[in-house]
Amino acid sequence: MKYVDEFRDPALARRYVEAIARIATRPWTLMEICGGQTHSIVRHGVDQLLPPGVTLLHGPGCPVCVTPAESIDTAIAIAGEPGVIFCSFGDMLRVPGHEGSLLAARARGADVRMVYSPLDALAIARETPDRQVVFFAIGFETTAPATAMTLAQAKRDGVGNFSLLVAHVLVPPAIEALLSAPDNLVQGFLAAGHVCTVMGYWEYEPIARRYGVPIVVTGFEPIDLLQGIYLCIRQLEAGRAEVENPYRRMVRREGNGTAQSLMRQVFAVRTQRWRGMGEIANSGLGVAPDYARFDACRRFGYVSDAPERPTECLSGEVLRGLRKPVECPAFGTRCTPERPLGATMVSSEGACAAYYRYRRPVEEPV
Amino acid sequence: MTDGFALSCPIPDPGGDIIELAHGGGGLLMHRLIDRMIRPGFGLPEDGVAHDGAVFEVGSARLAFTTDSYVVRPLFFPGGDIGSLAVNGTVNDLAMCGAQPLYLSVGLILEEGLPIAQLQRVVASMRKAADAAGVRLVTGDTKVVERGKGDGVYINTAGVGAVRSGVALEPRRVRPGDAVLLSGDIGRHGIAVMAAREGFGFEGDIASDCAPLAATVMRLIDVGIELHCLRDPTRGGLATTLVEIAQAGGVVIRIDESSIAISEPVRGACELLGLDPLYVANEGRFVAFVPQHAAETALAVLRGGPAGASAAIIGRVEASGRAVLLDGMIGGTRALDMLSGEQLPRIC
Repeated sequence: MKYVDEFRDPALARRYVEAIARIATRPWTLMEICGGQTHSIVRHGVDQLLPPGVTLLHGPGCPVCVTPAESIDTAIAIAGEPGVIFCSFGDMLRVPGHEGSLLAARARGADVRMVYSPLDALAIARETPDRQVVFFAIGFETTAPATAMTLAQAKRDGVGNFSLLVAHVLVPPAIEALLSAPDNLVQGFLAAGHVCTVMGYWEYEPIARRYGVPIVVTGFEPIDLLQGIYLCIRQLEAGRAEVENPYRRMVRREGNGTAQSLMRQVFAVRTQRWRGMGEIANSGLGVAPDYARFDACRRFGYVSDAPERPTECLSGEVLRGLRKPVECPAFGTRCTPERPLGATMVSSEGACAAYYRYRRPVEEPV
Repeated sequence: MTDGFALSCPIPDPGGDIIELAHGGGGLLMHRLIDRMIRPGFGLPEDGVAHDGAVFEVGSARLAFTTDSYVVRPLFFPGGDIGSLAVNGTVNDLAMCGAQPLYLSVGLILEEGLPIAQLQRVVASMRKAADAAGVRLVTGDTKVVERGKGDGVYINTAGVGAVRSGVALEPRRVRPGDAVLLSGDIGRHGIAVMAAREGFGFEGDIASDCAPLAATVMRLIDVGIELHCLRDPTRGGLATTLVEIAQAGGVVIRIDESSIAISEPVRGACELLGLDPLYVANEGRFVAFVPQHAAETALAVLRGGPAGASAAIIGRVEASGRAVLLDGMIGGTRALDMLSGEQLPRIC
């Protein structure tokens, strides 16, 4: 398949692996930000190919995993309001909040629908003017522009029965939070290529300078990942800490200006709670004042500031790269994709789910 | 910036006291429902032979008996419809028992308001599929439910077939050293139905692989191949089927990812939607476990069948254990697991 097979070429992969082994003179710990990258690394076994000293930690870049349980509780409550059609991305349906998941809410009678785009939810709102249609807007800078465009259209056309439950999050503040933690292990980052496609990488330049870490804009195929790892280690070995962009087939420094201005128009930056990581200042997007009437929380009268409840789930440490999923005592026993203790076990982009699917010991009884 | 993190992820145990869609998804939840609730409820042993059909003796004949219910939206999709699916699905379950399919029953559950013309199309399609598979539709039942209580048509078919003499197919007969064959490319049915349902217009039409498999299976038996186990990878896809066999047979199955045929349009659709083609449903493919020495002959037979050009030896059975290992394209190895719940498209 064009544009895919080139980036899964076994011979080229071998050359990168050899090059990494050649330049790495000491152990290095890198973090890939995005859950899609984690999935690809584990699926293709990229980490198995690396020299023993090079460690990949899996970052907090799974949109489903970092959406706080309280937001899911609110989603389920709104989905249960009379006459509501609640629309969500498929991934999100299975993630449990405190009172079960959206799928379970559907099984109990709520009208919960899976959509592929927020525009689909807006179309449902136009087709069923007698019902309230709510879209669960989650994800990073990748999904936020589509939400923004949908919201702008809803306002332009005066679609009064449409609203959004927004839990969008931003990558750079999360990177800073990780780097400023006293127990940080990360020496270099593979930035998420698709986030940078939208936002560019200018935001990362001050971070690389301030914290002295190399940040390499990286794609999602095995060759992209190996190239990102190679460049990151080459910087570390040379004592450099710069933002480098080998993912030039997608990413420009300034990013997608149209998408960014649309986001600035409809969203306001706010403090956001991340599941397992707590509150991070300026790391989330809320509905801007001009669009407040499309805010589902406001429309249905919900505020979510319930404190996080403690559990045995270690996903906070997994998301920060302090532990590998298999180091959790509950992994694969009390915590499985069917009965997850944490969201990292639910989404296909979650580190625990990726390890569960691809990395369980061979002889382990099921 | 935050000063420190709350290291918790507050999620309770999901209740699990009601049926969810995932219980019908062909994955772990369904297996648990059957093994822990339905089998004991019927007084059957929990670790009974898991198979597509039952095989029993009546007089001197060995018969295979199976049933399946068909629920698909939309009713008509590229490459098939609920009618052809209902016939071929049951025909294939019998074939996987090593049986020549003979007779099918048909239970139709119709929703009030269904256009008669649509039912006519379904009935004609069933007739055509039955003729093609060499089975007769001999008895049936029709019920109508209120509008809103069904998706137009639900169909149940049950089938009886005659098991070929000397043939006994089950996972426990799979042996280390066996070759694993796959009869064609994978992922067509699941993607075709999803594309038709969701209105994705994929470039290069993807048609369901829905087709009868009995003739190919009978040819394998007729040329004298010693078959150990056959299974059609329907719901849950190839990965789930292989894991079922590895677990039931107590073996380790090693698969070479590059040998699994996946058409370009299916690969493209899966990449786009974040789906793993190994977990996408098929309705006209099967895996065969045969002794290594018979592998090439069996492959020649498969290549002569429908969609046979992409048939391949995809792996081998290694040792006692309970796992499926996939050797990836770029050199890593991963363990395959059953599908957990529904496969849902990724967000980004």
